[in-house]
Amino acid sequence: MSTMLHRTIHLFRKGLRLHDNPTLLAALESSEVVYPVYILDRKFLMSAMHIGTLRWHFLLQSLEDLHRSLTKLGSCLLVIQGEYESVLRDHVEKWNITQVTLDAEIEPFYKEMEQTIQALGGEMGFDVLSSMGHTLYDIRRILDKNGGTPPLTYKRFLHILSVLGDPNAPVRNLTAEDFQRCKPPSALGLVEGYQVPRPEDLGIPQQSQSPWRGGESEGLQRLEQHLKNQSKNHSLPPVSLQGQLLWREFFYTVASATPNFTKMVGNPICLQINWYQNAEGLHKWRMAQTGFPWIDAIMTQLHREGWIHHLARHAVACFLTRGDLWISWEEGMKVFEEMLLDADYSINAGNWMWLSASAFFHQYTRIFCPVRFGKRTDPEGQYIRKYLPVLTNFPSKYIYEPWTAPEEAQKQAGCIIDRTLRPRKTKDPSSHRRNGVELRTESTAPKSQANTLTTKPRLLNFGSPWSHSDPHSTCQGPQPKAVSRLHASVGRGM
Amino acid sequence: MKRGRKNSENKNSSLEEIGEESKKQKIADEESTKISESPDWGNLLPDIILQVFQYLPLLDRAHASQVCRRWNQVFHMPDLWRCFEFELNQPATSYLRATHPELIKQIIKRHSNHLQYVSFKVDSSKESAEAACDILSQLVNCSLKTLGLISTARPSFMDLPKSHFISALTVVFVNSKSLSSLKIDDTPVDDPSLKVLVANNSDTLKLLKMSSCPHVSPAGILCVADQCHGLRELALNYYLLSDELLIALSSEKHVRLEHLRIDVVSENPGQTHFHTIQKSSWDAFIKHSPKVNLVMYFFLYEEEFDPFFRYETPVTHLYFGRSVSKDVLGRVGMTCPRLVELVVCANGLRPLDEELIRIAERCKNLSAIGLGECEVSCSAFVEFVKMCGGRLSQLSIMEEVLIPDQKYSLEQIHWEVSKHLGRVWFPDMMPTW
Repeated sequence: MSTMLHRTIHLFRKGLRLHDNPTLLAALESSEVVYPVYILDRKFLMSAMHIGTLRWHFLLQSLEDLHRSLTKLGSCLLVIQGEYESVLRDHVEKWNITQVTLDAEIEPFYKEMEQTIQALGGEMGFDVLSSMGHTLYDIRRILDKNGGTPPLTYKRFLHILSVLGDPNAPVRNLTAEDFQRCKPPSALGLVEGYQVPRPEDLGIPQQSQSPWRGGESEGLQRLEQHLKNQSKNHSLPPVSLQGQLLWREFFYTVASATPNFTKMVGNPICLQINWYQNAEGLHKWRMAQTGFPWIDAIMTQLHREGWIHHLARHAVACFLTRGDLWISWEEGMKVFEEMLLDADYSINAGNWMWLSASAFFHQYTRIFCPVRFGKRTDPEGQYIRKYLPVLTNFPSKYIYEPWTAPEEAQKQAGCIIDRTLRPRKTKDPSSHRRNGVELRTESTAPKSQANTLTTKPRLLNFGSPWSHSDPHSTCQGPQPKAVSRLHASVGRGM
Repeated sequence: MKRGRKNSENKNSSLEEIGEESKKQKIADEESTKISESPDWGNLLPDIILQVFQYLPLLDRAHASQVCRRWNQVFHMPDLWRCFEFELNQPATSYLRATHPELIKQIIKRHSNHLQYVSFKVDSSKESAEAACDILSQLVNCSLKTLGLISTARPSFMDLPKSHFISALTVVFVNSKSLSSLKIDDTPVDDPSLKVLVANNSDTLKLLKMSSCPHVSPAGILCVADQCHGLRELALNYYLLSDELLIALSSEKHVRLEHLRIDVVSENPGQTHFHTIQKSSWDAFIKHSPKVNLVMYFFLYEEEFDPFFRYETPVTHLYFGRSVSKDVLGRVGMTCPRLVELVVCANGLRPLDEELIRIAERCKNLSAIGLGECEVSCSAFVEFVKMCGGRLSQLSIMEEVLIPDQKYSLEQIHWEVSKHLGRVWFPDMMPTW
């Protein structure tokens, strides 16, 4: 008895690629016809995330590239605009669909979409096949091995992975034969309603100054180039590729098992901190107008190109949050989400929490000075000159703190610094205490086991001597059960 | 009817109204209870209910108090109102919730004489600081043992008119007469108010934290040291430290000091002048309190360290919040034999090899170290760890600090260090974004 072959819609969502795509392969191997579909649901996208112009360009370029690759294999990409549920309803009926395949994702809005599609499948009688294609490991296995909760330190995470063994090998490449067997009606790809839209069709400004182009082909090419250039690590992303992938996996794992991951309130792993509401400060930071050239150059590159070096991200993230402006990391996260071409739900939120000392603590917090940090890596200020041309002729000695330059030097450089606008750190004089040990003992920590650990700073033990003699620590009344739960979690979580 | 009476007493108290409702329900239930023989939760011994309530967070306790009259009575027992933390946040300026104003009213009305351990957490707004003062001025019947004023975002108490703050605070000073712990960092407290504190609480004061209180002078704090002989823990800014203060803390009548925390802060380079303390004062201090933890936080610019580490300094916990030069770290190695913990947030671009080795040699009590934006060659680092051995219980080094050399690569170093420490060790890693 032969098994029935499906009539499948393969839904591309986040994974716009053909290479190592287990879900698409499963679709092709189980179907007599496969419709490769991307549903451009603007309403859904904009409710789920902030997307700026550069990101739209990047997305459309990626779709174009996917379409080209599929065409080469005798297929095509069908881009359908509209609300995803009604688009699916219409096309499931129109094309007699019996199966919808899609990558499993961990973001809550994608999970909700999948649930809606499952329900639709129950209603209209089609199967839903989703498999893991976005992480090296099945995240549920990682959680299982750690007793049901995500590891909150990188070391612990690596240990769990070492127990799980190597990740699966990539699945085989797709061939023209695969697609030949499953061809949708020819010329469907040429139908106007199914083409990749151009920016102007979506009302998006046509220009993009970004040097980075979207698409799988570009990505694979850059990877090749990087592996060839491995010895030359000067201006490329600095850490090994393996490290980057594992950090990504780490954040995906935590995000998948943490409710309200992108918020402070209601987030069990996030310190509850009384950040300032400071719209003006936020605006200045976002628009590269803080007055610190190092920070402003970085934010300028971010706007213009959509990618900044990871150390640059650390610098501006620290500046916005516990370094200088004391503004909530959620605000910074939204700006990055809008502008970074590689913005990612888990990695973005995770890093913002890390840099703002809200979660995943080290023994002590590290603050990046907006003047000194850049000076160390680029003493001549080449980066600043490139992105802030007004300072092109400024002497290197002063370029990180131009307000310290004597008037003569400013005149010669053709750039007068308005001293009335000299950046003043908005932090207050005693903020150092809020940035160090006290931050963790005096902010309202949520009751999760992870955070109760970090409210007692382990390196700087000056926090604990006070509590020995200080009845404040017994403020909540005797709670022996809570204490033993805490000790139990020390063994597990760390 | 009882219900009506309760309503007119506490118009705003919906808790009471709901309590009445549940009471009625309870009466109905009690009939059926007798039939079904379920446990009589309402008639448990108050002490048992009290025990259970002590484990509940306030909100759950408040809900439980509405179940029946017995539970409501227990909710109001003094034992449950000894500790309270007032959280004062304005919705316009804070993401966090605040203690309900109705609850605050209830506490002042029914429980102010039960309060013993109280803290106020205020957000960045002046209104919150005002609200805190408002409550403080009403704590007339309170015999507080602990009072903490905590600014969670910025020094909001400094926005208040000084006299307003002082008069609220002195209500507590005068009425408590048994203050043991006092945290008043970032407030406009001044010398006269410290005199009031001392006049009323000199026998009981054990802990005083008052960093960043710019209106206090060295004479003001000296008065505290002179009179409060039970003082065991003190936190203040460097400018308040004087030879006289150290001598006063070391007088025969004074107990041994357990913790002294000193913040050395400079906002703008070159603006602050830092006086020197005589070595003899430190010597007397240590002689009197040989086990004291001396905690020093430095937030200075590199050129401002001149007065420091010129002679033997009995510091145990040392934290450099800004960049500190190689030279100063060298002096630290020479002058701080009691050093237990050292954190260096940033240094320059030259490796700190010699300085670290010297610290390993001469600071025999060092058990914790943290290095941020610094550089150390891998060989020197291994040498350092070898010399310290297992006494290093905390070794928190950012990955970028370690510079590979001919002898060791980054991969090898983790093995070497683990070997000498006697446990598995990795450097601290920042995530790659």
